Amino acid sequence: MQPHADLLIRKARVIDPASGRDEVADLLVEDGRISRIGASLDAPGVDMVDAEGLWLLPGLVDSCIRLSEPARGRAGTIASETHAAAAAGITHLVALPDTDPVADHAAAVRLIRERSVRAAAARVVPLGALTQGLAGAQLSEMSSLADIGCVAFANAGKPVQDTLVLKRAFEYAATFDLPVVVRPQDAALSAGGCVHEGPVSTRLGLPGIPPLAESLDVARALMLAKATGVRLHLQLLTTADSVALVRAARAAGQAVTADVGIHHLWLDDTAVRGFNSLCHVDPPLRSATDRAALLEGVADGTLDAICSQHTPLSAAAKLAPFPSTEPGISGVDTLLGLTLELVEQGQLPLARALDAVTQAPARCLGVRGGSLEYGRLASLCVVDPARRRPVAERWLSAGRNTPWLNYSLPGQVQLTLCEGRVTWQADA
Amino acid sequence: MSQPSPDTLQLTGSGRLRNFLTIDALPRSILEEILDTAASFVDVGDRSIKKVPLLRGKTVINLFFEPSTRTRTTFELAAKRLSADVLNMDIARSSTSKGETLMDMLRNLEAMSADMFVVRHGDSGAVDYIARHATPEVAIINAGDGRHAHPTQAMLDMYTIRHYKGGFAGLKVAIVGDILHSRVARSEIHALNILGAEEVRVVAPRTLLPADIDSLGAKVFTRLEDGLRDADVVIALRLQKERMSAALLPSESEFFRLYGLTNERLAVAHPDAIVMHPGPINRGVEIASEVADGPRAVILHQVTFGIAVRMAVMSLCMSGRETEREAAHAAAR
Repeated sequence: MQPHADLLIRKARVIDPASGRDEVADLLVEDGRISRIGASLDAPGVDMVDAEGLWLLPGLVDSCIRLSEPARGRAGTIASETHAAAAAGITHLVALPDTDPVADHAAAVRLIRERSVRAAAARVVPLGALTQGLAGAQLSEMSSLADIGCVAFANAGKPVQDTLVLKRAFEYAATFDLPVVVRPQDAALSAGGCVHEGPVSTRLGLPGIPPLAESLDVARALMLAKATGVRLHLQLLTTADSVALVRAARAAGQAVTADVGIHHLWLDDTAVRGFNSLCHVDPPLRSATDRAALLEGVADGTLDAICSQHTPLSAAAKLAPFPSTEPGISGVDTLLGLTLELVEQGQLPLARALDAVTQAPARCLGVRGGSLEYGRLASLCVVDPARRRPVAERWLSAGRNTPWLNYSLPGQVQLTLCEGRVTWQADA
Repeated sequence: MSQPSPDTLQLTGSGRLRNFLTIDALPRSILEEILDTAASFVDVGDRSIKKVPLLRGKTVINLFFEPSTRTRTTFELAAKRLSADVLNMDIARSSTSKGETLMDMLRNLEAMSADMFVVRHGDSGAVDYIARHATPEVAIINAGDGRHAHPTQAMLDMYTIRHYKGGFAGLKVAIVGDILHSRVARSEIHALNILGAEEVRVVAPRTLLPADIDSLGAKVFTRLEDGLRDADVVIALRLQKERMSAALLPSESEFFRLYGLTNERLAVAHPDAIVMHPGPINRGVEIASEVADGPRAVILHQVTFGIAVRMAVMSLCMSGRETEREAAHAAAR
């Protein structure tokens, strides 16, 4: 592991959505901690990084990734995937509990933590399972899991069908003020489906998942959260109705947060035409109307965070007829590039876009990161915003399951520090 | 995300057929060529020697991942009448559920120097997948994939319609029944629109209609009387028993009462309307015996034409490939 860094980063445009800072300045890291930010800092004997024309951002916080280990069928290791994340400016990864074994007991979470600390180039923040085995029947030991580092509790891609169980899970979590993460999807309405239900699914004859499968479950989660007082984070929203429901709940004073996958902001269901299994994801890519509503939701803050839903898969996982392929896109490598491209295309203001991948996800899930704070171990990245490069040139995830390999994206990351240590440095 | 489009998978550089995967987006000229070629094969079955030598020395493998006696038999007969060697393989789904296994199997079959795969599979897109991953030397014919496409069935239906109606201009065609699960209906809607039918109608309760089916070029009716009015062609679809347990319908008898084809119901159709069915029929469920055995029904002729249409599709794919190879040779010289 790298030692704590001493570094003077000079003349960068320092953008920190948490404090509203956006100015050209120098930033000094001493013994891994941010000690000063200001004009023309002087620090004799300290390594200097000339960052003129570059941006200095808080390290990105990815609010939804799936771990490669311990897990079956996914490509890579914690080491390979956190290395890919670091090269993309990400310092904190919130990991779903759908590992193997499931992160529903202390031993499993400790295993993840140990492997992460040993191998990781980014901080892995585990979510605990909301129910044992994600089976939706018995509550997991949430309080014990929180004691060893689980920041929130989720049932990952497995909907809790029994509303009574979900209500009790909310009540129990609320007892200890633990946040709950719900990825809304009605089990019966989505059963057997593999794409958005609409003209494309009808033309291809693929079983569809109606938008209603999600919005109905959003409504259920919102009502239960209101009744129980639990802190609710809705994950991976994909439909216009879901955005409208969250917006209305907020307007009525309910404290609820939400995120969206970056690919759902970029692609709609037409991407699966020709049975393109690289665009087979769960929840599915929705209609163009839904996609527009999601972008609007991010722009106005209804959707707090943008995540990668990183799911690195082996090549074989996508080598099958479409319905039999594994859903998922390997996402950490392109999270920043795709977010910045939304800004370049005028879809999102820069400040909001950066907030959505730094401070907002940290705030939603109680992650200590996503901002440039004095005295705290530095988690930051230095980015060349103007430089576009073919995605395939720097692809580090072990999963090559992405539709973006033939594209060029902006935002090359030159340097990443995670909790005071250098985790990525680009060749000059 | 660039993948070859179905067009380039199906057509050679000069626009000839090389695989037959879906009707969607094929040019009208190709569909007409299939029908015309089929016409030249229809009487082969009446000859004393029921064979033409167009596929002599070629090996056709029927790869059926989903059981089907009727379709497989007509493909087998079609290939044999073209003088091909035919191998039938019925493969249990479970043995190839992993993608790699399916790929391994393809490689093995290719090593036997097969020239054509006729594929049926329960997954939508499976035949498209095989066409993308098999060696380009093998022609792929779709014999039905999931709910996606059943293009040879649609073409034999088109042949039947043209035979009885002379053409497609001005025709109103009603497709009645389980549209949701029907690859036949999807392929028929495409074919009828490409061939210039005046109106393609689908008639079903809302539980059996796929989302946005109108986007394929079909007019939606939920009352049978409205859907049949002035129709020139009525196509009934088979209703599977498991639709009741999935809560899509209350019972077979209620379905028959509302959507079953009877002589009385057909009275509002055009007096010369023909009634078709891809078979096998459920008497008293989607069609009354009096209709199935009556003068409007052309169901058994569909079967006869089906062999000729499959011969046409197979021989056109092979000749399209020959032309492609010759062109490549000429260019190399």
